[in-house]
Amino acid sequence: MDAIADFLATYSTTFAIVGINALLALSVWLTLYAGQLTLGNAAFMAIGAYTSALLGRHLGAPFPLALAAGAVAAAALAAPLGLTVFRLRGVYLAIATLAFGEVVRVILLATPITGRGQGLNGIPPKTELWHIYLSLAVVAYVLWRVQGSIAGRAWAAIREDEVAAASQGIAVRRYKLAAFVLGALLAAWAGGLSAHVTFSIDPNDFAFTKAVQILVFAVVGGIPNVLGPVLGATVFTALPELLRPFKDYRDIFQGAILLAVIIYLPRGIVTLAELRKTRRLAEIGAADVA
Amino acid sequence: MFEQLYNAIFIGSIYALFAVGFALVFSVLDILNLAHPTVFMLGAFAALFAIATLGLPWWLAVPIAFVATGLFGILLDRIAFAPLRRRGAPPLSAMISSLAVTLAVVRVVELRYGGDFITFPAGTVPSFLIHVGGATLEGVRLAIIGLSIALMLVLTYLVRGTALGREIRALAENPRAARILGIDVERAIAATFFISSGLGGLAGVLLAFAYNSLDSRMGLPLELRAFTVMVVGGMGSLPGAVIGAYLLGLGEVASLVYLPAELRDAFAFGLLFLVLIARPQGLLGQRPADRI
Repeated sequence: MDAIADFLATYSTTFAIVGINALLALSVWLTLYAGQLTLGNAAFMAIGAYTSALLGRHLGAPFPLALAAGAVAAAALAAPLGLTVFRLRGVYLAIATLAFGEVVRVILLATPITGRGQGLNGIPPKTELWHIYLSLAVVAYVLWRVQGSIAGRAWAAIREDEVAAASQGIAVRRYKLAAFVLGALLAAWAGGLSAHVTFSIDPNDFAFTKAVQILVFAVVGGIPNVLGPVLGATVFTALPELLRPFKDYRDIFQGAILLAVIIYLPRGIVTLAELRKTRRLAEIGAADVA
Repeated sequence: MFEQLYNAIFIGSIYALFAVGFALVFSVLDILNLAHPTVFMLGAFAALFAIATLGLPWWLAVPIAFVATGLFGILLDRIAFAPLRRRGAPPLSAMISSLAVTLAVVRVVELRYGGDFITFPAGTVPSFLIHVGGATLEGVRLAIIGLSIALMLVLTYLVRGTALGREIRALAENPRAARILGIDVERAIAATFFISSGLGGLAGVLLAFAYNSLDSRMGLPLELRAFTVMVVGGMGSLPGAVIGAYLLGLGEVASLVYLPAELRDAFAFGLLFLVLIARPQGLLGQRPADRI
């Protein structure tokens, strides 16, 4: 038992970050599932992190309330944003949400209360591992159930063909907005949790690199089901730790692994078991249709 | 005022060189090549290698960097994009594979040169001042402006007036039809990557010369600016990218003068966001119907 306790103590931060990254991956999975490629989730994460940390510091808000306030703040911002960028698709949406993220980052860099470039330090470590993993379990379960629901099917229909979905009477606009706002809410919740793990936050923690990293977790893990993003986040958070002995070459290995996954496992790590089937489909030229 | 305008045109020229390559690949293959900033950085380091290690003069280092990054572009395509293209993978996959290459290549450069800012050996980079009226201008920047404009004219001729350009345009229009018509598609793609990456690398060398400074992450600020430039000009439109680049250069220099320093970056992204909302097809973009 001691060995297990030691192991947990040594790696508790890693476990916390794995869980938070899994939540973030699910937040972007939600929008991808509805056919929207967004890169704004790092910004929503920042809003959750800053809101919860500031509420705790200046108003002494209880931790769960501060987290919830951060998530609500992000959702409140995501709703008008979602309505504005509603008509953009594909890379246009990605670039628009990315621009939004950069604007948020620059505002954080210029505002005195968020500590400008120094960010916020001394955030109390209130996040326990069970907070993270309970959130993850609830979110993963709900999203898994959602797939078979009316909303889940509507999202899938929109993803496959927006015009066809609209002609079937699906309220495309409402469903897309719902996915976007829920994704923001989830990212902000994860951001609040992460701020109370890492002790300090600054605007550059939530830059372009972070947005892309979240997307990599989800896509490389696999979009076909909820397990994919969780798996992707786990592998790509744990990988740097596992590659620690090769520290000088770590990024090179990571790049090579990422490349191999995207080339040989087009639908994500989660489809590893289906590799032979995928190959078969590739032979007949139908890998991405399946 | 005159000096600021001069600097705006200078930085706009760098943005233009960088962004036309980025836009070229996007217009031909619908790929957002996230390794383009890495190519930019590699150009600067290729010149450093030629000057500091091989002992060559700067005027030889510039074409060497162009060719080296152009060849790297072809290699990049073979490694990161060709396997995905054969499978007809969605554009998102190409973004991630180019990101993977970036991760590895930046690290390779850091293993050799470290992660800090470095300069060229003393006296190896040209530097001179010119006096116009009451203003003192850095002459290298003028040369860079001239070279950039000349290169963009050459590129326009290449795309509009040569057989290769016709093949590339056919490919952009419809890859399948291009193949049926007997165009060697893979060769046209290799040429596209050579030109795109060569220009990106050249932009890197020129910026490194102008500031006498280079580092392994110098391309990152250009990535988001290239998005801005492309969206403002119209996605995939080369003349649009050039106009967008100079507009961004002017806007940034103006915001440096009139806005607090912290808000400098906000200009580019605010502009990007506004254009996407108000006029998503950009200034010269066409085909809005099937894309957005």
